[in-house]
Amino acid sequence: MSTVAVEVVYRGIFQKTLARNIVRTIVFAARKEGKIGTAFGRYGDSPERNGIPAKQFAIVSDSPEELEENLAVYEAREVDVTINVDDTMCKGIESWAWYGLQPINALTKPGGTLIVTSRQEADALIEDIHQKDSPFNLAIVPATTSFSGLWVYKDDHTDVRILGALAKVCPELVSLDSMLAALEDQDWGGLKLTSARNSFDRTIQRPVEPGEGNDETPFTFDLLGWREMEDGLVIRGIDGGTGFRGGSLADGYDPINSNASGDTDYQPTRNSVFKKFSTRSMRPVVNFDTCIKCTLCWLQCPDTCFDVTPDGLYDANMEACCGCAVCEAVCPVAGCITMVNEAEFNDNNSQWEHWTRDKDGYQKWMTQLIEVQKAHDADTERSHGYHSPGKYEAESESEVALTGDDD
Amino acid sequence: MATATVHQTEREELISGSEAIAIACSLADVDVITAYPIRPYDTVMQYVSKLKADGAFDCDFIVAESEHSQFEIVKHASAVGARTFCGSSGVGWFYAFEAITVTAGLRLPVVAMVGNRALDDPGAFGVEHNDAMAVRDLGWMLYWVGTAQEALDTALLAWRVAEDPRVFLPAAISCDGSFLTHSQAIVNVPTQEQVDQFLPQYDRGRLLLHPDNPITVAPQVNEDWLMEIRRQTDDAMRRTSDVIKEAYEEFKQLFGRGDPSPFIEEYMTEDADIVLVGMGTLAMPVRVAVRRMREQGKKVGFLRVKFFRPFATDEIREALSHCKAVGVIDRDYSYGSPSYGGVLFNEIRSALYTLDNRPLMQSFIAGLGGREVLVRDVEEMTSMVQGSIDAGHVKEENTWIGVRE
Repeated sequence: MSTVAVEVVYRGIFQKTLARNIVRTIVFAARKEGKIGTAFGRYGDSPERNGIPAKQFAIVSDSPEELEENLAVYEAREVDVTINVDDTMCKGIESWAWYGLQPINALTKPGGTLIVTSRQEADALIEDIHQKDSPFNLAIVPATTSFSGLWVYKDDHTDVRILGALAKVCPELVSLDSMLAALEDQDWGGLKLTSARNSFDRTIQRPVEPGEGNDETPFTFDLLGWREMEDGLVIRGIDGGTGFRGGSLADGYDPINSNASGDTDYQPTRNSVFKKFSTRSMRPVVNFDTCIKCTLCWLQCPDTCFDVTPDGLYDANMEACCGCAVCEAVCPVAGCITMVNEAEFNDNNSQWEHWTRDKDGYQKWMTQLIEVQKAHDADTERSHGYHSPGKYEAESESEVALTGDDD
Repeated sequence: MATATVHQTEREELISGSEAIAIACSLADVDVITAYPIRPYDTVMQYVSKLKADGAFDCDFIVAESEHSQFEIVKHASAVGARTFCGSSGVGWFYAFEAITVTAGLRLPVVAMVGNRALDDPGAFGVEHNDAMAVRDLGWMLYWVGTAQEALDTALLAWRVAEDPRVFLPAAISCDGSFLTHSQAIVNVPTQEQVDQFLPQYDRGRLLLHPDNPITVAPQVNEDWLMEIRRQTDDAMRRTSDVIKEAYEEFKQLFGRGDPSPFIEEYMTEDADIVLVGMGTLAMPVRVAVRRMREQGKKVGFLRVKFFRPFATDEIREALSHCKAVGVIDRDYSYGSPSYGGVLFNEIRSALYTLDNRPLMQSFIAGLGGREVLVRDVEEMTSMVQGSIDAGHVKEENTWIGVRE
């Protein structure tokens, strides 16, 4: 009796086709070995929306009867392999299909494998990945976040590289030969086969021990019973705000020390159980010294994530920011807001607090992050408003110049 | 891949139930397809439009401005002799209801897919059977599909039966949202030759609305006429059983697959003390649970109702006449109904009333809004039914399963 389940965690909409190609190929490859399988997306996800974490599954069994135990469900109860195609989701995911933050390895079986496409080192990823009570393996396919399969982006072979790595880390699923045969059936010959084979040989694996990794408790949501809920589909609104972190400086209120002492009324008007921040793959870094207090970021942010500080600055609340980069686009001061890859951060702490406490230290921290991001942007040909803001505009300009449109 | 141009050879594909129905549309060479998006039905229109865009399927594909127009258009197209297909889900199906109601009365063999979805508000995509159930009294044939393969096969059967001049009634194919509409399974796609042999052209004959055949359809009638018209539709529905049997036998010969009965699926019912009854993909966890309980020596079986209309009264009576107790699992609700039971429960109980040895009857409401029905839920229901057998009577006629207290 044997059933193997694989999930692909991806970001809508950009990686939906990539995820679909992976799970379908798994079923085709298993078919080569006489097994039977199913492929499905996590119903209730909203994979058409930018950046929102979503899932697809492939489940493969030796017989239809065994497969049937895994049908008519939304998620596999546990998976042999979790594939994460955007390393920023190692911090945990909140899709539209459930409430609360789900660790990236929540469904990974004891002894199972988490495959991540990443340019980070294993230790850096493990800092983000939530601890488990049981050991699992981390496998890294060296790659940046891929949009392969989305028609306007070129094929970078991420799909076949993941499938090659999968055959390596989970031989009980299918052999490399079956995987390659399934690729050939889809007319993915030549270089793509070589990529799959190379990935099979070169996948980096690192065992992760119980208790190793991020020790934060993911935020959760209590579902009420039918006797506790209000009649008539009525949901009570949350109370209005009481000012920045519950008071004003004029009244002698000390927001920093208040916060440090555990006072959590940081943003009382926001929903404490629907945070959305796992949608973010970049975050704004604000240079408070050059801010002219024009209010544009605060006005234009689609998620109302900027808090107005007692000194009239705007602090992007990282529990609410979805990383859309609108603030960077509307900010009139060059270099005042810079989008930086989410992987560079390990917490959701307030930047304004950091800056208020230690202005020189903040400048160093911020400058370093911006340099890293510039290096990253220079390093990749991919351009997209979401992942590399600014670059798209620059390329558009050069294309306009090429076509001679001088309006 | 799902987009092969000409269906010359039988082939195996990895497709969802929705995709299977879209391919059935292409194999059946449907003339007019109308669409209006609502999840989960909209997956069908996506696949149909893809087949059309790829040049693999030629049909008039009309995206209407609402579900009501969507069903009006196929109704009229069917009257002028076009083979038709459309579909909807949840409240979209309800918005089309005026058109849906008269389609049966006008004896127009429209085939529709209902991607079963909860009736919002509150917003919910998941499966409940109440949407499709709403046509149960109106002259629509109504079928609940269990697998993607069955979705394809049933669509072909639906045109064959609906367009039979002895019937001329519309047919609705119900597919559980998510578990069928969005889950890809291995499906055998038949050849064009097989389908051509099984499915004759739609010939509306003397009822065709055409300038060469001057007729009026549906004038104003009152008490002088309507009861006779209702009786005609009733008689057509009574004739469907034989036509379905005939078509299904031929289907099995041509395609080499199918159950003993087109109306029901019996799973380990022969010697069962307890028979569970349900529809759609609910069958999957129930069959798994039945296998496990059999291993423990418990005599449990399962009856899946495929055709809800026509309701296979005789076959269901026969299947349930030898057991001690029946547990009906409804993925629907009927507020204020007899015993507060589900719709299927009360239909089954009514059908069994004339039996000499009536089994104990217990109603369960489960899986609403698409909540997963798990193997342990099925085991819990079975043990409650066993409790009734042990006590000699049913204490709680209706129980909601898997609801948070």
